[in-house]
Amino acid sequence: MNTHAYIHRDDLTSKTGMWLFLFTEMLLFGGLFVVYSVYRFRNPLAFHMAAGELSVFIGTLNTVILLTSSATIAMSVTAMQKQNKKLTLLLLGITILLGVAFLVNKYFEWGGHIREHIYPGSSVLALRGQGDVLFYGLYYFMTGLHALHIVIGLVFIGFITVFVFINKVNTENFVLLENSGLYWHLVDLIWIFLFPLFYLIT
Amino acid sequence: MSPEKNAAEHNYLNYKGKYKGIFSWIFSTDHKRIGLLYLFSILSFFIIGATLGLLMKFELIAPGSTIMDAQSYNAFFTLHGIIMIFAVVIPGLPAVFGNFLLPIMIGAKDVAFPKINLLSWYLYVTGVTLVLLSQFAGQGPPDTGWTFYAPYSFRTTNTMLPAVFGAFVLGFSSILTGLNFLVTIHRMRAPGMTWLKMPLFPWSLYATGWVQLLATPIIGITLLMIVGERTLHIGFFDPTLGGDPILYQHLFWTYSHPAVYIMILPAMGAISEIISTFSHKTIFGYRFMIASLLAIAFVGYFIWGHHMFTSGMSGTALYTFSLLTFLVAIPSAIKVFNWISTMHKGSIDLQTPFYWAMAFIFVFMIGGFSGLILGSLAANVHLHNTHFVVAHFHFIVFGGTGFAFFGAAHYWFPKITGRMYDTKWANIGLVLFFLGFITLYGPMFYLGFKGMPRRYFDYDEVFHAGNIISTMGSWVLYSGLAIILINLFSALRGGKKAVSDPWGGKTLEWTIPSPPPVENFVETPFITRGPYDYK
Repeated sequence: MNTHAYIHRDDLTSKTGMWLFLFTEMLLFGGLFVVYSVYRFRNPLAFHMAAGELSVFIGTLNTVILLTSSATIAMSVTAMQKQNKKLTLLLLGITILLGVAFLVNKYFEWGGHIREHIYPGSSVLALRGQGDVLFYGLYYFMTGLHALHIVIGLVFIGFITVFVFINKVNTENFVLLENSGLYWHLVDLIWIFLFPLFYLIT
Repeated sequence: MSPEKNAAEHNYLNYKGKYKGIFSWIFSTDHKRIGLLYLFSILSFFIIGATLGLLMKFELIAPGSTIMDAQSYNAFFTLHGIIMIFAVVIPGLPAVFGNFLLPIMIGAKDVAFPKINLLSWYLYVTGVTLVLLSQFAGQGPPDTGWTFYAPYSFRTTNTMLPAVFGAFVLGFSSILTGLNFLVTIHRMRAPGMTWLKMPLFPWSLYATGWVQLLATPIIGITLLMIVGERTLHIGFFDPTLGGDPILYQHLFWTYSHPAVYIMILPAMGAISEIISTFSHKTIFGYRFMIASLLAIAFVGYFIWGHHMFTSGMSGTALYTFSLLTFLVAIPSAIKVFNWISTMHKGSIDLQTPFYWAMAFIFVFMIGGFSGLILGSLAANVHLHNTHFVVAHFHFIVFGGTGFAFFGAAHYWFPKITGRMYDTKWANIGLVLFFLGFITLYGPMFYLGFKGMPRRYFDYDEVFHAGNIISTMGSWVLYSGLAIILINLFSALRGGKKAVSDPWGGKTLEWTIPSPPPVENFVETPFITRGPYDYK
């Protein structure tokens, strides 16, 4: 800050950094996908039965919500390129609302399971056998970590929205907006894998 | 005043900015100041880790309990391992010398993301603080060893969470450093510096950067799973809940074996610089040196299974991992041969950094050969979890990376501080350090071969003689270390002023004043020649 006398700005550099960071995020989830595959291979029947109990409706709804939010944030970048600040702010606002809607659905979904005493460490779940324990353990851990990424993404986009509002992010310099879009697409992409793994493969 | 003279007097050490005193350091985004922040934090933790090691060796001077009980010994080797691996050896060369010299050596003014660079130092300090906190919080210090093996890591009643989470944060810091270097090398090389005009130290940081970036997230998620296991009882690795502890070992070593290459690759890069400079000769087989760096980084990804030969794996997996382990020896040997060939017919200038490089090659070869013994399946069954393994990896990570670290410190000291150290005391320190090292770890090969297991505070009487020698070696090593550090620190104030190129080096950092000006280069250099152009 103070001794950094030299200000370097290069948008391609920022984006390269973001892409590399996204690699690490994929590998972070990659470890969990490996664990999931191993335990699915070992407990095919339990995973099959347990997956059937999840609500495909809420899962599909959340998929649609997240895909739409990816579209809106991509459109906000285009709106910025076309120098339409109002539209950019509107689209970012819609993205945030959709992200919150995703979390609200998640809350009701998890709440429903917890009311039925299905959560890690519960005795009801333990009685159903090891396959179910692992399935729901992975379900909570992976969708939980994904939800945490949604929260981080929302905070990130929230800051960008403020920056657009105060013109810190503007038509000349909007690489931060693009990077937040990249991050949001990653969160979306991970969900695209989580959705079939937990809800659809039965 | 000429611009050069002006720059020399306004160097990065006496630059006055917005903040005063210590804040001008801990809020600085200058890569040189961040490098020094890392240097001092890493040195502090290294001294803590080395002192723990010294006390452990003292415990082993005689059978039975000498100065500590079994539980304290467990806590000691756990803390020694976590600090030395995650807080000293992994960040060591990249975070200190990489930060300081990478931008200078490629002709850039800073790294690509200076603020993220500072953030990664803060994450580093947070991570180590969490690890140290675990010593005092709750029901006793962690006692699992630095590997946090399941299921013990979530069954032990001792405090584990801060240590595990601390290691996670340290991993995050390492990722950000690697990411920063990768982007810096891709985007910020000076005009004319093509990939094949880049010196080998930046090249080694480039290979390291990819390993940091692509391997560290795996241990991140694995440690998070341990956290989940302890807090939520999810059952990932708990056999009573259907989980598989062996799967933990696989995930853990998927990172922790490549981590060995995070430690050794920059060491190889630094040694290449030193040997070329003091032989006054271009590095032999420059392209092969690059190829072998990248090959080690790549193959290093697929050999984690050799840590688990006795854990239970299919025969096919065993043979494959063993074969791939042997493959890594090829690029490593290429490097050793090329270093030797670089010296051939060079005009060698025998200076302290060059002695360090020689010592490095010697201990690295012993470490490497003992690694081949451990990589062969039959021998491994006999030697697994014995002192032989302890000797092997200390020869690599302490002998390899540690010697390269001190070699690099003596090589770049005049550039970083603008002062020259006392060569005589530096050499005395090196000799003691080297002799102590061999005396300390040499007997461990024999002890392990005879069957002395690792991680025990007690041993059978037949192992007594070897342990006495080893413990005495630790005293010599420690006094050598003290001399080296005292000598360097006293040179900070009393040393002679260093010229910009005291060794006759040809890479870019020797073209600018010592210590470097705030913006590194008065004019952006234009590179027309290769990195080791001694003709």
